Formats: sequence, C-alpha cells, structure tokens
Amino acid sequence: MNVIDVHGLVKRFGDKTVVDHVTMTVAEGEIVGFLGPNGSGKTTTIRIMCGLLTPDEGEGTVLGFNILTDALKIKREVGYMTQKFSFYEDLTIGENLEFVARLYRLRPVEEYVARTLDDLGLATRRNQLAGTLSGGWKQRLALAACIMHEPKLLLLDEPTAGVDPKARREFWDEIHRLASGGLTVLVSTHYMDEAERCHRISYISYGKMLATGTVDEVVKNAGLTTFVLQGPRLDQVAEALQGRPGIDQVAPFGATLHVVGSDKAALEKALADVEKEHKGVTVAPGETSLEDVFIQFMSGSKDNMA
Amino acid sequence: MKDGMNAVFSIARLGALLIKEFIQMRRDRITFAMMLGVPLIQLVLFGYAINNDPKSLPAALVATSSDPYTRAMVSALQTTGYYRFDHVAQSAAEAEFLMSRGDVAFVVTIPADFGRRVERGDNPQILIEADATDPAVASGAISTLSTVASQALLRAQGTQEAAKEAARGQLDVVVHRRYNPEGISQYNIVPGLLGVILQMTMVMMTSIALTRETERGTMENLLAMPSSPLEIMLGKVLPYLVVGAVQVVVVLAAAKLLFSIPFMGSLSLLLSAVLVFVLALVLLGYTISTIARTQMQALQLTFFFFLPSIMLSGFMFPYRGMPGWAQIFGEIFPLTHFLRITRAVMLKGAELPAVATEIGWLVVFVALFAGVALVRFRRTLD
Repeated sequence: MNVIDVHGLVKRFGDKTVVDHVTMTVAEGEIVGFLGPNGSGKTTTIRIMCGLLTPDEGEGTVLGFNILTDALKIKREVGYMTQKFSFYEDLTIGENLEFVARLYRLRPVEEYVARTLDDLGLATRRNQLAGTLSGGWKQRLALAACIMHEPKLLLLDEPTAGVDPKARREFWDEIHRLASGGLTVLVSTHYMDEAERCHRISYISYGKMLATGTVDEVVKNAGLTTFVLQGPRLDQVAEALQGRPGIDQVAPFGATLHVVGSDKAALEKALADVEKEHKGVTVAPGETSLEDVFIQFMSGSKDNMA
Repeated sequence: MKDGMNAVFSIARLGALLIKEFIQMRRDRITFAMMLGVPLIQLVLFGYAINNDPKSLPAALVATSSDPYTRAMVSALQTTGYYRFDHVAQSAAEAEFLMSRGDVAFVVTIPADFGRRVERGDNPQILIEADATDPAVASGAISTLSTVASQALLRAQGTQEAAKEAARGQLDVVVHRRYNPEGISQYNIVPGLLGVILQMTMVMMTSIALTRETERGTMENLLAMPSSPLEIMLGKVLPYLVVGAVQVVVVLAAAKLLFSIPFMGSLSLLLSAVLVFVLALVLLGYTISTIARTQMQALQLTFFFFLPSIMLSGFMFPYRGMPGWAQIFGEIFPLTHFLRITRAVMLKGAELPAVATEIGWLVVFVALFAGVALVRFRRTLD
C-alpha cells in the first residue's frame, strides 16, 4: 500500500490554478523530494495532503485515509513541518513540547518531553524562549516537535531554508535515520544537493507535475546533452553562443563553460562553428546535472502567476 | 463512536490549549497589567469625574436694589447649591457678554422695583437666563426654582404660616425619588461601569485571539494538529472568563470601598448574571476573531461595536429618551441588558423574577455568538 496515493488534485485560488491535476504516489519508507520554483504549488499540494486545504478536484488517500473525509485521522498520524517556524515564540522550548505532547495526548507528557529534549541536546536550554533560538535550532525544535507523536508520514515544507550547511547535513542524516526506521518522508526543497539525497524526486512547475523518478531517471528522461568548454576569453565565447539554434543554456562554472541543449545535432553544429571562430577553445562532452534539467524545465514552462 | 466523540472534544487537548494560553497571557506583561489596571483606573476616573447633576454653577447677578426681598431671593438661590454668584454685573449687556463667553451658566436679573411690587402684591417678577447649550447642566438648577423662589418670598414677608393655612385642602403632590433619593450620579455610573469595563477588555482581548495566531503563523500548525474547533474556541475564551472574574471583584470592591454604592440585592444573583454576560462578551470577541483576517481588522470591528453600544445601551444617556427604533436597536447589545440587571440588583434589590427576562436575553446572545463562531471557524486554510 502506498502511503501517499493522490490523483488529479486541483486547487484554485480565485481564477488562478495553483495545483493543476497533480498525481503522486509515495511508498512506505521512501524519502521523496518535492522540487519546483517559488510559487509552483509545492506548499499547496502538501497542505492538501495533510488536510489543511480541501482540493477543488481530485481524490486520494494518505495513510489509507481519504483526504476529503478523514482529515482529522490524517492529522493524528502525520507530522507536518511548516515552511515558517510556527511554534510559539513566547513559549519556552519545554512549554512548546509539552503543548504538543498534550495535544496528541502522549502520556506521560514529561517522559516524552524529556526524551525529545535529550535527543535534541536541548535539555539544558529547556527554559529558553523558543523565539530566541537561531534558525538552525528552531528548525531542529520544529522537527522534534513534529515527530514526537511518532507519525507514520512526515511532510516537510522547505525545512532547510535559511539553515547553515552543517545543520543541513545533520538534518538530512536525521531524516535518513528516521526513514530507515520505516517513516515515509515527503520533503520540498530548492537545493539540488538535497534532491540528490532523496530516493525519488518529483518536479512541479506552475501547478503541473513535470517529472518524477530517481535523480538519474529524471536526468536521463530530460534528454539533454551537455558540453564543457575550456579556453581563453570564455566570456566572449558565451556571448557568441547565446541565441544560436540548439543552444538552450550557457552557464559559466569556474574556468569552464557548460553548454546545454535538447537537440543534440543542432548543439554539436553550433559548438563546431564556435570552436572554429574562437582559437584555443576546446569542447568536451560533459555530464548533465539535475540543476541543468531544472533550469530547462523552468524556462520551458509558462508562468501562470503573472 | 468513542473515536467520534474524541474527535470533537477531549479534556486533555482543551487542557493543553488552556495551559498554553495562560502562559502566553502571563508572559505578555503589558497586556496583563492592562487587564487588571485598566478597570481600576477607569472606575476611579469615571466614578469621580462623571456627574449628571452639576452643582455650584457660576452665575451672574444683575440687581440694582438691595432691599430685603432681593437679598432673600439671592440667598434662597444660593442655598439650593446650584447657583454660585461669583459675578455681579452692572448691566444686562455685561451679563450677556459673560454668558456668551461661557463664564457664567446663569444670569439672574432682579428688577429695581422687585421689592416694591412684592409689598404691593403686584405680581413681582425675576428673570433667570440659563445657558441651555448643554441641557443637562441647566435642568437640575431650573427644576427646583419655582418652589424655592415662592417659599423664599413668603418667608421674607413673614406670611409662611398664613400661606400654609391657605394651601390646606389643596392638591398635594408627593414625590419619592426611590433607590437614589439624593440623586447621586455615582449610583448610576458605577454599576454601569462594571458592564462597560468588562465589555471593553473582554471583547478586545478575545477579538484578536485567532488573528494573532494567523498573523504569527502558528495557526497553520495548530490546525495541522488534532484539535477541534470547539476545543480551540473554549481554549481561547475560558482564560478570559477568569480575567473577567478578577475584574468583577476589583470593580465591586471599589464600588463598595470608594463610592459606598449601596448593594441591595443578592450577590450570587449578580455574579450569575455577570458570568453569562462575560461569556457572551468573550464569545462575541471570538466571533469577531473568526471574521477578521488581521489583528488590525479585529480591533477596528471591536471599536465599531463599542461606540454605539456605549451610547445606546443607556450607560451614558437615558435609554427611554431614545426614539422607538433606537430603543429596539439598543436591545441588540448585551450591555443594554446587563446594565438593567446590574442596576436592578445593586440599587433596587431586585430578585431573580424581576431580571429573568434580561438574563434570558444574555443566554440567547451566548448561544448565538457560540453558534456563529463555530460555523465561521475555518478548520482549513482555504
């Protein structure tokens, strides 16, 4: 049984379709990355799945419960971490955890709170106001509060925005530890390195699901060809490449230039021309990255926010 | 079935919400101080300041003669307590100027031939001009006038006894000013302030209850956790019932200690009415909170509600002085009904049967506001 199994979800705000026929399945124990640009409908989709929004169309189940009728049962079994820190800043760390423990009727409250504080390494700061924590600690507190009731599914909405690399690394280690214990995780993110730490990814843009699969599958299915250029005066080369048929992306990476295109033949022809025009420039086949694929998706899909 | 009940209400979850709310309340020092300080400050300020029956008003005397009758008339006016002759005008024009400047509220003109006319029995006249731009100021001073003046004259003539004899067998109107024989404004104001102060703090505090959560972003989390609309509502309004109870104790104690307001009726009856009233207020505030999208909107709605409720409830101006449609309009404010209860119980010693209808109205408000709030509450973020 899939933990998340939703079909054809549609959500409109006014005349804007924010989620446009999204279908998604997530198996038990999987970590699925949910990617897409700002305003693409990631948060809205996640909110539909945890019962915070009712879809205009579509149906499905989360943990076997109907998303349209069993929102309350879903809420009890799901841990949802919001994008913005949404615990009480005027409550201490301990009081926030006690509040959550009581709401989920975890007994004895003190035992759950003490264990969570120990796991977090925050036992000594129990009486500190949550509002005074740094971004990284707030994120850890929020995660700890979300998993205290031992949910079967964790929905994380851009959990690592504004968190330093070390805290991010630790956060992902924790996610993998939880998943190995059987927890299913759906996590939205902007970061490519985080996407690569997921078992599978789903790419959504302007409400539409554009690609889904493992990172390798998504890259392969995108059908892009990448070349790496080296040589002098690459800035002039980049300028010369822009706008030629077959050239979709030109991006400098340190001392090299990555050139990406979906039409391999046209791309090779354009590069051969440029190689002739600019002395000393060498062209070598390169590896298409996930980022290249996403940039391609983003330039290809039409903006429905305007 | 058991699960179904648990979905709607659980004591443990309500407890979680209540504890959280009390901690937040305690930590917001300024608001907390306001909730206890404001009633006391307002009570003392308004209790001592507001007076519907002003006395010792500045008056100008225009009198050219100083015969015994003129003197008797002036001293009679002074002893009513309403007139303070601190201006003696030489001419009518000067007196006119004093009144238009607002220096005096009255001009008393006693003509030069007043004494002669009294002695001749030739229909003596005095003229009292009152500044009636504020009708309330002039009314008390004028109402006592005719009896005071004629008695003063009879006394000066030494014919008081004769007049009494003559009046025997004539119509005698007996007036009793019941419940407040001395017409002390505070008896009217202080019990009313109890209602106004409660309304002010209760509605205002609860009107931002949900919008604050929405603005701080905590609403999303609260909704994602298993708490039902009923629990959230009770969790928000019950703490203010406690605050209201403290305010009631403060106001009632001050009424007794500072203003010696008589308490004729049953305390338990009054407290029961207060409980229903406060419940109606916090639920009204909470209803506003389910309608407004921001704290600012909530406060604007609250103030939009405050002014008419204070003006039309009978707190500031006589309820029966309003036209019929305004009286009907006034009925929609819980304060109107509460004022009737509190004045009846405190001053008149009314028992339950006398105030049952008004308490019934308050119960209707409680049910109505709770119903609207539960329907309006958005369980989702849609």
